[in-house]
Amino acid sequence: MSRIGKIARRSFLIGSVAIVGGVAFGAYKINQPAPNPLKPESGQTALNPFILIDAQGVTLIAPRAEMGQGVHTTWAALIAEELDVALEDVRVLHGPAGKAYYNSAMLGEALPGKGYDTSAFLHSVGGALGRIGRLVDLQLTGGSSSMKDGFVRMRETGAAARETLKQAAATRLGLSRDELKTENGIVIAPDGSRFTYSELAEDAAGITPPDVTLRDPSEWRYLGKSTPRIDVVGKSTGTAQFGIDTRLPGMKFAALRANPRLGGGMKGFDASAAETMPGVEKVVDLGDAVAVVAKNTWLAQQALDMVEIDWEDAPYPPETDQLFDAIARSFDEKPNSAMRDDGDAETLPDGANELTAEYRVPYLAHATMEPMNATALHDGIALDVWCGNQDPIFQQKKCAELAGIEQENVRIHTTLMGGGFGRRAELDFASYATLLATQMKGTPVQLTWSREEDMRHDFYRPGAIGRFRGAVKDGRAVLLDGQIAAQSVMGQSLKRYAGISPMGPDKVHVEGAFNQPYGIPNYRIRGYLTDLAVPVGSWRSVGNSHNAFFHETFIDELAHAAGRDPLDFRIELAQGVHAPSVGCLEAVREMSGWTGKTPDGVGRGVAFTYSFGTPVAEVIEVVDEDGTIRIRKAWIACDVGTALDPSIIKAQMESGLIYGLSAACFGEITFAGGEVEQFNFPDYDALRLHNTPEIETRILETNPYLGGVGEPGTPPSMPALGNALFDLTGKRARSLPLSKEFDLLA
Amino acid sequence: MSTSLKINGKTHDVDLPEDVPLLWVLRDEIGLTGTKYGCGVAACGACTVHIGETAVRSCQVALGDVWDDVTTIEGLGTPETMAVIQAAWVENQVAQCGYCQSGQIMQAAALLTENDSPSDEDIDLAMQGNLCRCGTYPRIRAAIHTASAKMKEV
Repeated sequence: MSRIGKIARRSFLIGSVAIVGGVAFGAYKINQPAPNPLKPESGQTALNPFILIDAQGVTLIAPRAEMGQGVHTTWAALIAEELDVALEDVRVLHGPAGKAYYNSAMLGEALPGKGYDTSAFLHSVGGALGRIGRLVDLQLTGGSSSMKDGFVRMRETGAAARETLKQAAATRLGLSRDELKTENGIVIAPDGSRFTYSELAEDAAGITPPDVTLRDPSEWRYLGKSTPRIDVVGKSTGTAQFGIDTRLPGMKFAALRANPRLGGGMKGFDASAAETMPGVEKVVDLGDAVAVVAKNTWLAQQALDMVEIDWEDAPYPPETDQLFDAIARSFDEKPNSAMRDDGDAETLPDGANELTAEYRVPYLAHATMEPMNATALHDGIALDVWCGNQDPIFQQKKCAELAGIEQENVRIHTTLMGGGFGRRAELDFASYATLLATQMKGTPVQLTWSREEDMRHDFYRPGAIGRFRGAVKDGRAVLLDGQIAAQSVMGQSLKRYAGISPMGPDKVHVEGAFNQPYGIPNYRIRGYLTDLAVPVGSWRSVGNSHNAFFHETFIDELAHAAGRDPLDFRIELAQGVHAPSVGCLEAVREMSGWTGKTPDGVGRGVAFTYSFGTPVAEVIEVVDEDGTIRIRKAWIACDVGTALDPSIIKAQMESGLIYGLSAACFGEITFAGGEVEQFNFPDYDALRLHNTPEIETRILETNPYLGGVGEPGTPPSMPALGNALFDLTGKRARSLPLSKEFDLLA
Repeated sequence: MSTSLKINGKTHDVDLPEDVPLLWVLRDEIGLTGTKYGCGVAACGACTVHIGETAVRSCQVALGDVWDDVTTIEGLGTPETMAVIQAAWVENQVAQCGYCQSGQIMQAAALLTENDSPSDEDIDLAMQGNLCRCGTYPRIRAAIHTASAKMKEV
């Protein structure tokens, strides 16, 4: 069991352990910290909710979850930078559910602005608004927000802890704190005497931290450089522990089957054949799903196939075409938003050449490599749940509600995630494991989704339709009027996570379209929400994932209608609006040697999206190889403001691009009879090593604000590929996936 | 009936039906969780182990059919004493979420045993059955080249 697990367990069993800790540090004096959720055992000291010190050294309790994006490494670097410990000596654990771990950056993103035009004043308002995150239990990893959240907060935390440790040593020696130095986890006195942080920690915890000044970036030892990921050895040796690797004494293994007509109920089931199969312990009714508990996961899966279940119908039109008809009908309703409405989008400017296009993109699954799973143990009083998740407080509340116990009696143990992409913000895995554990009190049970169950019970990226109308005159765009219809991700997910029904304009629904830094005099983006019960959720880059394809394909169409080079056309649109965006476009031009001309058999496309605070431009090159089209090369330029770890940022940009290209080429979830038609990777494939392009990435640092990196690589990849295919074939891709219309290398 | 398996040099007697796939024997019975479940249909490679020197999808090999000694990621090397290929994975900072990497490494290790100087085309061919949703492919390719160079130095 993890140390935090031990801490939580002990504190529950004994009630209140004699501890030192829970001290507010500098950064928290102003913001009035939420209670420190850490309850250290004897010999451990929690200097604040983030730093735990014991005889072994320093542990960072990371409030953001590691799903591959490298957050643990860079958060450890932020702490180590000011705390003066060697990065390789910092251990990192996922924190428990605790209000102190709220995400200060995510709510700031909810301001109605476009982002790139945010003034310094609004930026600070965003920060202030972010503190509300604590009030709504927003311990959430998402929105490419972790570095924006931790950049100042973690360095202040490290600095405050350092100064307090120095004060503890100063008090012992009868010296002033200013006379002491710190180095590699040791406080050093002028006479050369040394104290390890471990031996000072208990004293330090009783000291009110002084105000601190952060070090100038020129003094940074870790930040701004590529550092070895702290999880890379574990992940290269099979020793990293994911949720699915949780093993507890006496643990049973279970498989789940829920209604393939998503959200429909269960009329009944016959488990008589399954119950007598070898290794089967029991078959459990979970209300709207059935679980088989067995000696191992495979035996449970086999037995589950023998359970005959009578399902209710789907609460939505059962065929894909009907769903898209419903989406199309939303255009006839009143728009939910017009978050951009510049000039007069109704009137066609005199002498302008008008064009219109309609685009469609399918529902998409997240398809994380690690299928959904959770392990739970209900001991009759309290509930422990082990799972990779992006939002432990939401998980904790939901599990408590389902188990009928107090929230503080639910301990969420967040593990490493075998991919998240938004899927692990959902509550279904912990919920079903809780329901199962409450019927097996005293026995730990791991509930694992088969790949088929995972693929067919996702919270999908919504299918969407974009209707765009625009006009060009004298080589320039003079009108862009876009309309976007789809189910609302926020409308559904906030209700699931927190019981909130959001009102008013849905910004996420139109992000990637309304907030692009293009100067078009008549420019309007309207959003239309479709009321359907198909489960939809956040999928890497969320609204940007469909809107960038609509918007940037249409920009390309406008460029061609204007007789212009599509890269020049974009640079001109962004000039005078947002210099970092222009910089990214200029960078990919230089990197790719863009001339606007390609030889026969080669096509190139460009696209650009500003998302999560980061402008990203991408050029894709495709090549015709005897009738099969291969994606040969990709160039990415992004401007993140301050590159805290270039190697991780580069990895995230490549990852985002490959995730987007995978969807653009092959990704599609369809429905028949109310059931998802894709079962496993053969039906829902992605790019693999042989058809992934060679990628070059350049990181720019002119952006005045820190931008996100986990998602912004994804949105422009899809239109860049479509635009490249147009260059190669003359055929305009207006719907995805592209493999339906183009012979792509599979 | 008990089946005897030699895994990472250690003998295990397993009391399970013979049709249980090796993957689940490793993970749920023996507790070697480094080998991952991804798809169960040999479409992702996350469960790749070696039987003898051959890379196989352990989700497709029934317990009763295991024909030789088994090596899993845990048997290739440990955090303290990594195999050359694992060290190459670390050097190239390949892993993101890391879930598929055990399978990627086992597949790549078998490739290098067979061919210590694989070309990009050889790598394409050998590795295309291993899916990575984080898209670590460029670094996987680089790590295989690094390992190849290191193995020739020895």
